[in-house]
Amino acid sequence: MLTPLWLTLKVALLATLLAGAAGIGLGWWMARRRFPGHSTLDALLLLPMVLPPTVLGYYLIVLVGRNGLIGRWLEQWFGFTLLFTWQGAVLAAAVVSLPLIYKAARAAFEETDGRFAQAARTLGAGEWEVFWRISLPLALRGIGAGLALSFARAMGEFGATLMIAGNLPGRTQTLSVAVYAAVQAGDDELALTLTLVISVVCVVLLVLASRLLQAKH
Amino acid sequence: MLDVHIRTTLRSPDREFVLDAAFRSGAARTALLGPSGSGKSTVLMAIAGLLPGARGHVRVGGQPLLDSAEGIDLPARARGVGLVFQDYALFPHMTVEENLRFGVRRLGHALRPEAHERIGTLMEQFGLEALRNAYPRHLSGGQRQRVALARALATQPRLLLLDEPLSALDTELRARLRAELAEMLERVQVPTLLVTHDLQDVQALAQSVVRIEAGRIVG
Repeated sequence: MLTPLWLTLKVALLATLLAGAAGIGLGWWMARRRFPGHSTLDALLLLPMVLPPTVLGYYLIVLVGRNGLIGRWLEQWFGFTLLFTWQGAVLAAAVVSLPLIYKAARAAFEETDGRFAQAARTLGAGEWEVFWRISLPLALRGIGAGLALSFARAMGEFGATLMIAGNLPGRTQTLSVAVYAAVQAGDDELALTLTLVISVVCVVLLVLASRLLQAKH
Repeated sequence: MLDVHIRTTLRSPDREFVLDAAFRSGAARTALLGPSGSGKSTVLMAIAGLLPGARGHVRVGGQPLLDSAEGIDLPARARGVGLVFQDYALFPHMTVEENLRFGVRRLGHALRPEAHERIGTLMEQFGLEALRNAYPRHLSGGQRQRVALARALATQPRLLLLDEPLSALDTELRARLRAELAEMLERVQVPTLLVTHDLQDVQALAQSVVRIEAGRIVG
């Protein structure tokens, strides 16, 4: 029972780091710049939130499968495939949780007053410095809440993970997949235990996220 | 000597504002006086390098910061122009001392000893030592103004810009702080341009006045 829990925490943590880096960067960029296709890109970034996870999983297979654009390249140069690996589960979880952190980060950056950045520029700061010393610290609460939600979403990821990483006990079987497998196998006791574990962790994360958001006001 | 000519057109859905303002001043403290909406703050932003698309020229002591005919348009960070915002724009997540240090300590570098000394002198000069570790939200209007001024001066600017320095304060406080600000500016040896709509500010703070109306200098 502990193996799927640790695997889930590892996958969710790495996925949150991955989605966090991409989501914070994209959120900053989208909050500052207006360009043709801005709203289309915004919609694309939010798409993983509304698409059925299986559809998302299928897209990922097309991309990183053995014959996929990225998959073929990975196989050719590194002899490595993401299919049926825990790294594949990280990718799936990162993609589904990206919209949550992206949306939170963008809103947080848009809420921060542009005059602070302007003041920093007149004091000699370059754009990178404005980001690290002004924009990021001022948006930190909103970003923290987004990261907590992303982590919770990554922990509960099921559909895309099953399609990419499969259901290999001890290797790619995360908590949510293990619940499904336990129910299928008629092991109600195991299913209940796993369900309780994931529920408790998710409730704690949601409380944490709302605390962070409340503290802002 | 401050030599400014700013041309720009600001468009919003319901109106178009054409700014074409040229003036020179050799005074230590110059006021740019005009009613609200006259474009005076826009001129200030353009001098600071915070108005993308501004054309014309800005020269401070003969040195060009902007000269669109020559293709010169220094970014705000390289202009060496200190700007005190109307509502001061103190960084809310930094203490008074950290605000003052912001401009003299670059990311990833330690504070140089002479800069450290300069910050100390400024804090003493502006009576901020007791407030060193306070956050902006705990400061009074007058204290905020002193921090903003000291922060702008910490980078040793070649020109100091003040945007409506007293308008964020209530009437009672304004008269008292006007005198205080006049005294502080007297001590500061940096050419200053201040924007205001209040003739009393001009009389108390400036030696020379430039009037602006509807985007044009009128004398």
